[in-house]
Amino acid sequence: MGEFFTLSVLVATAASAIRLATPYLLASLGETVGQRSGVLNLGVDGVMLLSAFFSYWTVLETGNLWLAVLVGLVVGLVMGLLYGVITVFLNATQGISGIGIFIFGLGLSDLLFRQLVGTPKPVRRLPNVDIPLLSDIPHLGEALFQRNLLTYLAFLLVPVTALLLTRTTFGLNIRSVGDNPQAADSLGVSVERTRFVAILIGNSMAGLAGAALVLQLGIFQPNLTQGLGFIAVALVYFGAWRPIGVMGGALLYGFVNATVLQWKALGIIPVSGSDLANMAPAVLTILALIVVARRVHAPSALTKPFTRH
Amino acid sequence: MIKGVLGALVPLLAALAAFAFGAMMLVTLGASPLAGLDAMLDGAFGSGSRIAATAVKATPLILVGAGITIAFRTSVINIGGEGQIIAGALLSTVVALSFPNLPAFILVPLVLLSGAVGGGILGAVPGALKAYASVNEILSTIMLNLVMVQFMNFLLRGPLIDPFELEAGTRIPQTQRLSDNATLPTLLDGTRLHIGVPVAICAAVGAYLILWRTPTGFRLRAVGYSPEAARAAGISVKRNITLAMTLSGSLGGIAGAILVFGSEGQRMVTDGSAAGFTGSAGFNGIVAALFGGLHPLWTIPSAMLFGALLTGATQLQRVLQVPAALAVALNGIIVIFVISSTPVRGWLQRSLADSGLFNRSSDTAGMD
Repeated sequence: MGEFFTLSVLVATAASAIRLATPYLLASLGETVGQRSGVLNLGVDGVMLLSAFFSYWTVLETGNLWLAVLVGLVVGLVMGLLYGVITVFLNATQGISGIGIFIFGLGLSDLLFRQLVGTPKPVRRLPNVDIPLLSDIPHLGEALFQRNLLTYLAFLLVPVTALLLTRTTFGLNIRSVGDNPQAADSLGVSVERTRFVAILIGNSMAGLAGAALVLQLGIFQPNLTQGLGFIAVALVYFGAWRPIGVMGGALLYGFVNATVLQWKALGIIPVSGSDLANMAPAVLTILALIVVARRVHAPSALTKPFTRH
Repeated sequence: MIKGVLGALVPLLAALAAFAFGAMMLVTLGASPLAGLDAMLDGAFGSGSRIAATAVKATPLILVGAGITIAFRTSVINIGGEGQIIAGALLSTVVALSFPNLPAFILVPLVLLSGAVGGGILGAVPGALKAYASVNEILSTIMLNLVMVQFMNFLLRGPLIDPFELEAGTRIPQTQRLSDNATLPTLLDGTRLHIGVPVAICAAVGAYLILWRTPTGFRLRAVGYSPEAARAAGISVKRNITLAMTLSGSLGGIAGAILVFGSEGQRMVTDGSAAGFTGSAGFNGIVAALFGGLHPLWTIPSAMLFGALLTGATQLQRVLQVPAALAVALNGIIVIFVISSTPVRGWLQRSLADSGLFNRSSDTAGMD
């Protein structure tokens, strides 16, 4: 245990925690926007798998990382269009249609990978970019300010999402259709349009999350996410539907994952216990859900389709 | 009458639309849809042993699907099929390892029962958490899926690993060959058709009888229809939510036991993923149940259809080199189409009712 508490190992763990938190954070922030408008999207994992595959394939074929990020975003947007039509215009039961999206994404990404790539080949990863001055701060700079651009973007989107939700007319509309769609409708706010746009934002961010995941790893394999998208949905509950709370949750996950990895590398967790250690994130989520379940309240109209009477 | 026709027609149209989408995907992949359909039909129903393989493939889907109807009819969304299957498989494996010398007529029912207990426990936990601690069951069941995969990997790589694997140093994560007395007897020589198939069908019929022919089922459905009204009528909402999840999980657990003791290897193996053991039956069972209109009896033919899709996809891969993952993508599309068409069906029925063509009955087959 002693070798874990050395400065260099702690700094490396913190750096890897922030990197690992990035896909969680992007996906959860997007899901927060969607849920505040009253729409639960359980398909995040499937969207992430599809965008991760297409981002990976783009780098493999073109070598262009930024095109790959853009492709990930667009895949998310397209899946958002699909999900928007299903939930907003066809009023499908959200919990189950999301599972449909998940299964579809899981199958299609697997199919395309086997058809177009076959065996996993590593690709270029997102490079780390030093922020001038800040990255020179001893230790702290190395952990926080020598990360990739998608990580910076993810953390920048925390205040942006918070401001969007609390300080703009559109954010007010999102919250009103999520809490009381009938009232919002009577005041002339289009419930359908507001929810549709919120879904597009949420899915685009899930698409970015998939791109971030695969471009940080530099490799794709079927079912790459292994449930990461579902944990991202749970983090929204954990963060009480607030971007800052969601960030706290994503960081906690990053730290738990990074610590488990580091402890395995240092031999603190024996090989035989490594599967048990892998249970930590999901067990932690269940405990967190138990703790927060009674304290916070969800948007009142969450998962309820809107019909005008 | 019109209502009944509509009720069956809309999901069928949705399925047709999904298959049209599948045909488009085949064309995109450079394969002929007709050749694809031919390969799939041949793979699923081409011979007696293939039909048996399809039935065996459908068995866990029938069980999980019947469980899903109980949960969904009580308005509890159980996405934990994968974890419940694994829990049932693990407990039944431990029982078979502990009592290998019991005679078959005791051991076979015992391992099936242990499966039910294991899956039931894993269903009861999220059920009780929802009922007594307001924890969203969708999230808790998904998390328990993730937990159970790792737990399975831990047990099969560690405490339950075949001692021979340790000796030989190969360390394949699997149990030793389990007692032959626990093997599910086959019904037809030369095929894999084992008693798991009739067990699953009986379980689905049982689920139907419980839901519609017993006071327990009445209470479950009352809670599903309106928790407030049920509470006002003196029905314990909390207890029934827990019960629904327990029953639902136990059916998944039986599926887990059948996957172990109906397998050719007669042992539990992991490739590190949930799907590697379950074949995603925990999710596909939801698809089968939805497609069957959340009716346990309709779940049986519906599961057969999806079983055929799975065995057909294997043949598709063999003949046309199209990855079998196509079946998974198609399943997703079918869920999306069927679930989107349910409100459409409701809307059609309402407009027909408004036009006075027939009287709406109080029996609503909808799922929301």
